Amino acid sequence: MEESELDGVSGKTTTGHQWDGIKELNTPLPRWWLITFYASILWAIGYWVVYPAWPLLWSYTRGALNYSTRAAVGVELAILEKIRGDKMIALGAASLADIEKDPALLALARARGKAAFGDNCAPCHGSGGAGAKGYPNLNDDDWLWGGSLDQIVQTIQFGARSGHTKTHEGAMLAFGKDGILKRDEIGTVANYVRSLSGLSTRQGYDIAAGAKIFAENCTSCHGEAGKGNQELGAPNLTDKIWLYGSDEATLIETITNGRAGVMPAWVGRLDPSTIKALAVYVHTLGGGK
Amino acid sequence: MNKIVQIDPDQVEDVGPLYAARKNVYPQSVFGTFRRIKWGLMAFCLGVYYLLPFVRWNRGLGAPDQAVLIDLPNSRFYFFFIELWPQEVYYFTGLLIIAALTLFLMNSVGGRIWCGYLCPQTVWTDLFYAVERLIEGDRRERMRKAASAGPLKLGRVSEIVLKHSIWLLIAWWTGGAWVLYFTDAPTLVKELVTFQAPAIAYIWIAILTATTYLLAGFMREQVCVYMCPWPRIQAALTDEWALNVTYRYDRGEKRMSVKKANELRALGLPAGDCVDCYQCVAACPTGIDIRNGPQIDCIQCGLCIDACDNVMKKIGGPTRLIGYDNDINIQRRMAGEPPIYRIVRPRTIIYTALIALVGGIMLYALLTRSLLDINVLHDRNPVAVKLSDGSIRNAYTVRLLNKRGFDRVVTIDVDGPQDAVLHVVGDDSITPDRPMVVLGRDGTTELRVLVTAPSEKNTEKSIPTKFRITDIGLGEVASAIDNFVSP
Repeated sequence: MEESELDGVSGKTTTGHQWDGIKELNTPLPRWWLITFYASILWAIGYWVVYPAWPLLWSYTRGALNYSTRAAVGVELAILEKIRGDKMIALGAASLADIEKDPALLALARARGKAAFGDNCAPCHGSGGAGAKGYPNLNDDDWLWGGSLDQIVQTIQFGARSGHTKTHEGAMLAFGKDGILKRDEIGTVANYVRSLSGLSTRQGYDIAAGAKIFAENCTSCHGEAGKGNQELGAPNLTDKIWLYGSDEATLIETITNGRAGVMPAWVGRLDPSTIKALAVYVHTLGGGK
Repeated sequence: MNKIVQIDPDQVEDVGPLYAARKNVYPQSVFGTFRRIKWGLMAFCLGVYYLLPFVRWNRGLGAPDQAVLIDLPNSRFYFFFIELWPQEVYYFTGLLIIAALTLFLMNSVGGRIWCGYLCPQTVWTDLFYAVERLIEGDRRERMRKAASAGPLKLGRVSEIVLKHSIWLLIAWWTGGAWVLYFTDAPTLVKELVTFQAPAIAYIWIAILTATTYLLAGFMREQVCVYMCPWPRIQAALTDEWALNVTYRYDRGEKRMSVKKANELRALGLPAGDCVDCYQCVAACPTGIDIRNGPQIDCIQCGLCIDACDNVMKKIGGPTRLIGYDNDINIQRRMAGEPPIYRIVRPRTIIYTALIALVGGIMLYALLTRSLLDINVLHDRNPVAVKLSDGSIRNAYTVRLLNKRGFDRVVTIDVDGPQDAVLHVVGDDSITPDRPMVVLGRDGTTELRVLVTAPSEKNTEKSIPTKFRITDIGLGEVASAIDNFVSP
């Protein structure tokens, strides 16, 4: 290290460092900057004392204030619940039919229901309840287990084939896989089913055979006219709405392998007033009976 | 090609600091026409500002009875018979356009009338100067007191304390009046006095107390000279015919004493009217010399006209050596021609016409403004639903606006898809095909509306659909267009 020297042009001293003959002027940090820097260090030490800071082996230093973001969120949630409390109690007390007649309660139920739907139901039914293949569209007027407010509440509470003791039971048999019907019989009855709702059928299929197979195998659940049975979750085969699809291949697949869509039970996971709000929301999507 | 220039540090000239400290201004008291106009306008402007929140206006039960009220929590603006909703904020745009055009017009007629007489900065500074003058004495006395060194005497200390106390009181009152525009004034005054008012009221009063105290007590003319954009803008909006506060140098030069001027005139030689008494400079609230010609620091308050006129009357000379004039007339007088004044000229005509036009449009918009409105938002997910019988249904969120001060009943119908059936969720009225809805006073009502139509009669992918509401009592109608979509 060389001696520092006075620079004639700038009037400053050099640092004494030299690289390839280039010397550096000694320009120390401004005093205000240094003071701020040391103050920040002092502040950080204060921070360690007051707030949670150092990780320990099994825990951490908790700080003098005993502050915790988790506890802070808990307090805010409690405040929120308190604000909501009265309104949600009113919602819980009102009967399902009354909620829809009271504009304020309806707006509350729809808002609460929409939020709960987004959190819990949207993964299967879609964010607007439009459904998908195998997951019913909740906007239309076709209901597997019934579309009245009470029936919707029942379905939300206990689900379908959820394993809950009160759940909706009843599954479509795997007619092909279990050897109940032969392959050509399945094709025939699939065409017959299409004819029930006025869809085109394959030319030359045996109508009489189709009707016979249907009467022997399907009517116990779907009814003699194919109108379905909401007690068993058997869909109406005469309307325009198809949960899995109405083309021949899909129908053959359905009859061969059976269908048994599952909806979980929400009782115990959602509080009663939320379930009520969800039922009103789903009912007022448009398809409610 | 770049050339490297070697600068010898010994030859760099030291120009000193670029910062110039403010020279204190001690305006002398003046009497006269323009001073009277300024007092009158000050009383008017401050009177309106301080008293307007207390003016009442009956709007019926349940509505606020304050004539001018900015109701932020309920997002309403009340101005006497006008009530505006947030979506009508464009009326303020019109108001601002008119304000700007009026400013342009004033500028092209009489220069910086706004700066000299109406600007809050001028009005409050003028008031603060009046307080200062009342307590500490006129110009000379104030200058002497400011210059005197040595320890402060009790009398001087009490003067300073009194002055700042009154300033702070005025400033506090300024902030106090401001918050009254945002809530019911008498109630807030009661709450403020008993310390029950919301914290935000005290915070705003504190902010405006601070700004008024600083701007009118300390910043003063520096706001006009350094901070305000208007002096710069107005230079582009004026023309050679605009009348500005002007030193008529054709009359004033050369400056000389009364005695010398009389001697010269006796000999038949030309002599200037200006006696170089510096009264115009002493009276100036921005501390300039108007005789140096038009300058950006001049707010054109006209006080130098009064000061000069008073001197001229005393020495028996003709008044208005300083007056509202322009350079064209000075040149004309020097050439021996009579002055001409053109208040009515294309510029002023165009500004007036524009003000009338924008004002007319606003008035028309205000008078024909609808008090019943409908907004329709189509459901996006799903856009359309196929029902079990094959028909199509679209769902909409419909928001109805009732801007009247009373409840009313409307029917809703839809025009678009063939054989369309409309249903309002939650509605079980006796007229299901034309559902009736009650709209609460001065508010909005949100409905979920379902429109169902047979698919075979509506094969187009998207059908324009008109939603119409009709007030069954008043017959008022409002409508909105959306689409009916097929899946």
